[in-house]
This record gives sequence, C-alpha cells and structure tokens, in this order.
Amino acid sequence: MGQAWSGAKRVMAIKTAGMSGSGAERPTTTKNSDNLAIELCNINKHFGAVHANKNIDLPIKSGTVHGIVGENGAGKTTLMSILYGFYRADSGQIKVDGNEVIIKDSSHALHLGIGMVHQHFMLVDNFSVLENIILGVEDSFILKTSLNKARKELARLAKEYELEVDPDMLIEDLSVGQQQRVEILKALYRGAEILILDEPTGVLTPSEADHLFRVLETLKEQGKTIVLITHKLREIMAITDEVSVMRRGEMVKTLKTKDTNPSELAELMVGRSVLMEVKKSKANPKEVKLEVRNLEVKDDIGVTRVKGVSFNVRAGEIVGIAGVSGNGQSELLEAIAGMRKQASGEILINEKEIIIKGDDGAAKVRQANLAHVPEDRQEQGLVINFEQWENTILGYQDDNKYGKGAFLSVSSCKKEAKKQIKMFDIRPPNERLKAANFSGGNQQKIVLAREISRDPEIFIVGQPTRGVDIGAIESIHNHIISMRDEGKAILLVSVELDEIRSLSDRILVMFDGHIVGEADPEKVSEGDLGLLMAGVSGSGA
Amino acid sequence: MSVRKPLPRWADIALIPALNLTLAFVISGLVVLMVGENPFEAMKILLYGAFGYGEGFGYTLHFATNFVFAGLAFSIASHAGQFNIGAEGQAYIAGLGAILVGLALDQTHWLLVLPLAMLAAGAIGGLWGFVPGYLAAKRGSHVVITTIMFNFIAATFMVYMLNNVIKAKGQMSPESESVINAGKIPQLREFWDFFGYAPVNVMLFVAILALAGTYILLWHTELGYKIRTMGQNPKAALYAGISNSKIIMISMTLAGAIAGMIAVNEVLGVQNRLVVDFVFGYGFVGIAVGLMGRNHPIGIALAAILFGALYQGGLELAFYMPAITREMIIVIQALVILFTGAMEGLFRAPLETFFTMLDLNKKPKTQKQEG
Repeated sequence: MGQAWSGAKRVMAIKTAGMSGSGAERPTTTKNSDNLAIELCNINKHFGAVHANKNIDLPIKSGTVHGIVGENGAGKTTLMSILYGFYRADSGQIKVDGNEVIIKDSSHALHLGIGMVHQHFMLVDNFSVLENIILGVEDSFILKTSLNKARKELARLAKEYELEVDPDMLIEDLSVGQQQRVEILKALYRGAEILILDEPTGVLTPSEADHLFRVLETLKEQGKTIVLITHKLREIMAITDEVSVMRRGEMVKTLKTKDTNPSELAELMVGRSVLMEVKKSKANPKEVKLEVRNLEVKDDIGVTRVKGVSFNVRAGEIVGIAGVSGNGQSELLEAIAGMRKQASGEILINEKEIIIKGDDGAAKVRQANLAHVPEDRQEQGLVINFEQWENTILGYQDDNKYGKGAFLSVSSCKKEAKKQIKMFDIRPPNERLKAANFSGGNQQKIVLAREISRDPEIFIVGQPTRGVDIGAIESIHNHIISMRDEGKAILLVSVELDEIRSLSDRILVMFDGHIVGEADPEKVSEGDLGLLMAGVSGSGA
Repeated sequence: MSVRKPLPRWADIALIPALNLTLAFVISGLVVLMVGENPFEAMKILLYGAFGYGEGFGYTLHFATNFVFAGLAFSIASHAGQFNIGAEGQAYIAGLGAILVGLALDQTHWLLVLPLAMLAAGAIGGLWGFVPGYLAAKRGSHVVITTIMFNFIAATFMVYMLNNVIKAKGQMSPESESVINAGKIPQLREFWDFFGYAPVNVMLFVAILALAGTYILLWHTELGYKIRTMGQNPKAALYAGISNSKIIMISMTLAGAIAGMIAVNEVLGVQNRLVVDFVFGYGFVGIAVGLMGRNHPIGIALAAILFGALYQGGLELAFYMPAITREMIIVIQALVILFTGAMEGLFRAPLETFFTMLDLNKKPKTQKQEG
C-alpha cells in the first residue's frame, strides 16, 4: 500500500494500542452474536425518480459494532433514517429483536431502543448539558425533580462508559467532541440499546476520535449494538466487527472486518479498484506567487484569529496547512481570498500588495488571477437554491464570457456549465438541477470545476474532499496535482492529515493563530505532526 | 427531515394560490351570508363590476396598475433579501416629483411630461428607498423598522408641504394647484370609448414594461444575478466578490423608484393635483401582491389584476348591496390578503403529503408498507 495508507496503519496501530491500554481485546464475536438486534429485509425507498434504497437486506448482530460504508449518495443515511423513523420505507420489513415492527417516528424508534447520534448535533446551545439530556423526557412536572434524578443517572452513565461531561456546562461552551458525548449520553439516557452514529468523526480532532472509539468499545462490552456510518475506511478497520458496503442504493456485501482489507472495501464501494496512493513527481518550485507577511486577521466578533503569520507559496508547489480546525485556518483563507479584511500585515500576489477596502474584495483578488475553493461549499461556495448553471458563474458573473455589458447570456452560461459537467463528471449531468439536489461530492465538483476551469495562477483550496466519496477524492487529488505540475501555486488547507501529507510539498502547521512549524511531508512522522497540531512542542518551528 | 417532498412546480405556482383564494372566498361568502345576503349573488355583482363592462374593467386595470408598481417595489427588494414595506411612503413622497414636473411643463406636451415626471418621481421615491437601504447596509438597521418609520415621515412631511409650501392659492383644503393642460397624462378613454369614465391611463403600459423590465433585470443581467445571489446567500455573495452593502442600497433604491410610479399614475393620471393620502394604501397591498405573485413578474401581474378586481368589484358590491357596507368590502379584501399573503403556506404541508401519497400509488411495483 502507498504512503497514505501506511500513514493510516500507523494511526490504527496507535488506536489499537490505546484500546488495549483500556484493557479491551477486540473480540470478533460476543456471546449473543447469533441474535440479530436489527434485521432489515427488502427495504425500498424512492425519492421521486431516485431509487435511494434498492431491496436492502441488512442483518445486524446484537452486541457488535457494525459498520456501513459507501460513497456519498450511496443511501447509507437514508437507510438509517428509515430505521430511526425519519422516513417511511416504500416497501420491506424491519425487525427489531426478532419482532417485525413499523417504525412510525423517531420517538417510536427510541421506544424500541434505537438511538441516533446525528452528524449535526441536535442540541439546544444555551441549555446546560443536564437540561439537554432531559429535554422531551422530563418525568416530573417540577423541573428540579427531573433534573436531580437525571443528574444521578448521568453520573452513573458517565462513569460506566467513560463519558465525563460537566452536567452544568452550557452546550455552547463545550468542544465539539464533548457535545458529541452529550448526544451519546442523551441516547443512553433514553434507554437506547442500539446506537446509530452518522459520520461521528467528521467533526472530531484525532484525539477526540480515539476517545470516541474507546467509548464505543466500552458500550459494546456492555452489550449495546452500535451501527457506524462512515466513509473513512480506517475507522471501519479499527473498530467494527462486521461491515456492510453500499453502492448506489444497493447493499453490495456484508463482510467480517477481520476477513477484509481497506482496498477490498474501497473496490466494493466504487465498483472498481481505486488507486489509494497519490502519484506525484518531485515538485519544481519557481518564483513566489503568493506571499503573506505578519498577517493578523480578526473574526466576525473581533477576536484575533490569525496572529502574525508569514509564509509564501511558489509557482509549481503545493503548500499544505495542517491543524485542528478552529485554529485560524478559516480566517487565513478568507483573508487571502479577499473576503475578510486584514487587521495588519500584508498579502502580496505576484509581488503586488492587495488591499481590501469594501466588502467586494473577493472580486479584486479574483482579478489578480487567484481562484478560491472555500471550506464550506454550501455556506459559501454555492447558492444552494440556484441551478447548476447559475452556480457555474458565481464569482465570475461580470466576465465578458457570460454576456456582454450589463447583460447575462444564459445560453453561454449553460454552454460553459455543460462543458464543466462533462469535464468533471458531475452527476446527474443536468445543468438545470438546483445545487441542493446534487450529492455532497457532486456539489464539491461543481465548485472545483468552476474554479479550476478559470485556469488560475494561484489556487487556494479549503477542505477539498470534506464529505466527498473515495472515487471523487481520487479525481479531485489528481486535478490538484496536475495543476501543480502546470506551474500553479497552490495553498491547501485541510484537517485530513492523510490528504495534507500525500498532496503537499511543504507542510505548515497552524496552532492558535500561529504557524508553529514547517515540515517535509516525506520525512515527518504522523506523531510529530500531531504534537505540533496540538501545540505541545515548538520543536519544528 | 420529513416524509414529504417538494411539490411539483405547477402545484406550487398555480394550485396553492387557487386553493388559498377559494378558501378566502368561501369564508367571505360566509360573512356575506351572515349579513343576510346571497353570497352567489354578491359574487356575481363583484365579478360583473370588475370585468363585465368597459368602465368597470377600466377601473380594475387602473387599480391593477398601482398594484403592479407596488408589488414590484416589494419584490425587487425581496429578491435581495430585504423586506421593503415602505412602498406606501416611497410612492407618497414621490408625488412631489410628479406634480412639480406636471405643473412646470403644463404648457408643453404629455410626451415630454411623462418621462420627466417618471424620472422625478422615481428619483424622489428612490431616495426614500435608498436611505433605509443605506442604513441597513452601513449601520445594520433593519429595513422593516426603517421603512415603517419612513412611511410616517413621508406622511407628516407631505402634510406639511401641502399645507405650507405647495398649497394652491385661494384653496382651503391642503392640495396643490391643478394640472389642466398638457401636464395630464392621457387616459385611455380618450382613445377608446370602451373604458367609459375609467381613469386607466398610459401608465398601464409603463406597468407592463416594468414587469418585463424586472424579469429581464433579475434573470438576464449581471446586476439581477447579483441581487438574487445576495438574497439567497449573502455569504456566497461575499465569496463571489459581490458587495452586500452595494446590492442592498441598489435594490432598495430601485424599489423606491418603482413605487414612485404609483405617484405618476395617481397624481398626473387621475387627480391632476397633489392631495393628502393619495396613495390610499396601494403600497401596503403591494406586499400581498408580491407575496401572492411569489416575487415573479407574471405572478405579480395576475395578483395585481386580482386585487384590482377586488377593489373595483368591491365598490360596485357596496353600491348594489346596501347591506354590504364599505367596511365589509375591506373585510373581504383583508381575508384575501390573509389567506394569500400571510397564510400562504396553509395548504402546503397537506398538499405535499397528498402528492407524496399519489406518487407512491402510481408505482405499481412497490407495495406499501402499511395497508
């Protein structure tokens, strides 16, 4: 396996070490493994013309961790939403503990012992942990009585499952990892025996993810059944007992995790073998294209998030910025893209200083031949209610290519949209479809297609493959590499260490608004990077 | 997340307004029944009064002209994410521009008066939209609050102007000198007898042009694209290098300018002088027109005709059915506004469920999970 996967293996090694540290050998079967906690038979679900789930059969053994993997839009979340009572299946049966049931809604699902931890948490931000836990299951007219009862129960659960959170903290003051713990506690407090987690590690730092996995192990030991939806294969390999692969609405295969390997799973997911390794030649950096000097940037509420950062990006190289999210990368990216004013310091593009005055700085920066793929495609990169062709011109609406003078030529916009759909294999290939109706990976392709098609000199990319499936990741990575080989200067910000390591020619690590170190991706170990990211040592700086 | 899915387009555009309207009329019918009149008879009178003969139809079109301008003034701002409820004040104060041009050029030709009056009224109305827009863009004040306040400012300012500055000589009531010659904008009855004494005038064609122009502006120009991007996702606008503050100011100015056309229609087309409260609530009805027309020019045209018909037919109804007073007509109009504007989503959820079920039954292959 290639460089990326050897990295993944190292992390797995760290993880298993952590697990054996907590005293848990990973058993592939448990004593009641023959009982099925959940059995789905022949489930079908349509959304209009889309057949989201086709004749799905899924047995989930009681007391196991069962992984469900698949590309974006493969139907994983739909299937689990059916199980949790959000959607009603068009046809098929659901059995819980051997009894056939029709799950009416989520409270019914909870009643059956099925709990779900959503990708986006369902918590009230200005309520305390305790208040969130009892929300909807208050068992007394007097709130105080319920709270006191819940407090005791919560202390027990927290101790039993290693899920410590201060019950009196407000949700908004908790880290993302702690918020997720509250979500899990919520499900357990409601008596969940079967816990569904939808992409649980997407928002977590590596150490938080490790902790989550330890919690899941403990839960399993206590006889709970866990269903883990993810598209990160290393998580599947590290924690699950069985894994089911979905592809385009169909259940491809259910395997024992110990009998499979990441490349087999990846192949099953996309239906063809995937090159997991990013092939790239040695970088050949030339002149400095983008330079940042002593940059300070404030966020919307006036807190300084970038604290005196200096670096440069040369033509023909990819500079990766690694870091746990929330350490100033977003603000840095926005400042360079002209969306945020710099508090002090300088940004130079082709040795010319860019000064942002009004709130249309992004147009100025684009004119300097810089293209920007924002971190959040739905929030910034797309207008979700616009059709694909309308999104194709976002940011380039003033371009003469799309109409002379003040007018917009719809036909030339659509022509360009069709071209981009073809070049980047955007599916479904329909420029009249609203961006909201594309899957996450295809939405990302719409943004990338728009920016790469401009043939920019400088390309800054935030989280290019967040929530994107394996097949698309490969093509996105290849696009980025080939841009580098054409001599573009590329700045990459990603929280995926594998991505940073495999794409970058140089790695800068950001922590608390500072660049705390620079590393050579060929030489640095994942552990050292992790330490830098955590702000533990400044040895590399 | 829910079991329902979005409605088909035709249902969204046609079926929902039709159902809302039907419900409004059913309840209005009950009101008519309560005062002891026959609702079907009332409906007949209303429809005949609005569409049945030339003069009535002319009045309907005249009212509709105002509602088109008011509806567009609401919608253009709405596309930029701004809730402009200041069309009333914008139109009122724009009356100054209309009357000043009309009086100054009374000895020339209406073909000269019309464009200049539109320009002057548009400029003053536009200014009255720009200021709230500026305050929203630069100071973060909410346009709902500022436009309401600007309606009051316009009202008191106009009373002051009419009493102290432009009051006609020898007049007791607060009104300006009258335009008597070429300053008047020709009414269509001068060309077609068909319209009887109805005041519908050349501004009707301006309204039609404004509808077409708005369509082109919003969907076929760069500015329109920017306005819609801003309204849909201000962050994406920022990302695209579209200045949020500029777009807010431009769209609010445009909205005010279009509201100003009401003044040209009323002041130079009907009254021939500036009087107190000549806007008569058209600006507020424009909000309902814009909402019911779903901010699309075609929808606004249809909604404007509907409200024009309600105004004109309502007047006839009050005349022929004495038991139905002027106030009752306002109740009926209010019911229509309530059901089509404020409670626009009333049928949405049940219809979505209905269509989803219909969809399931259509597929013979799939058995339903439940009987």
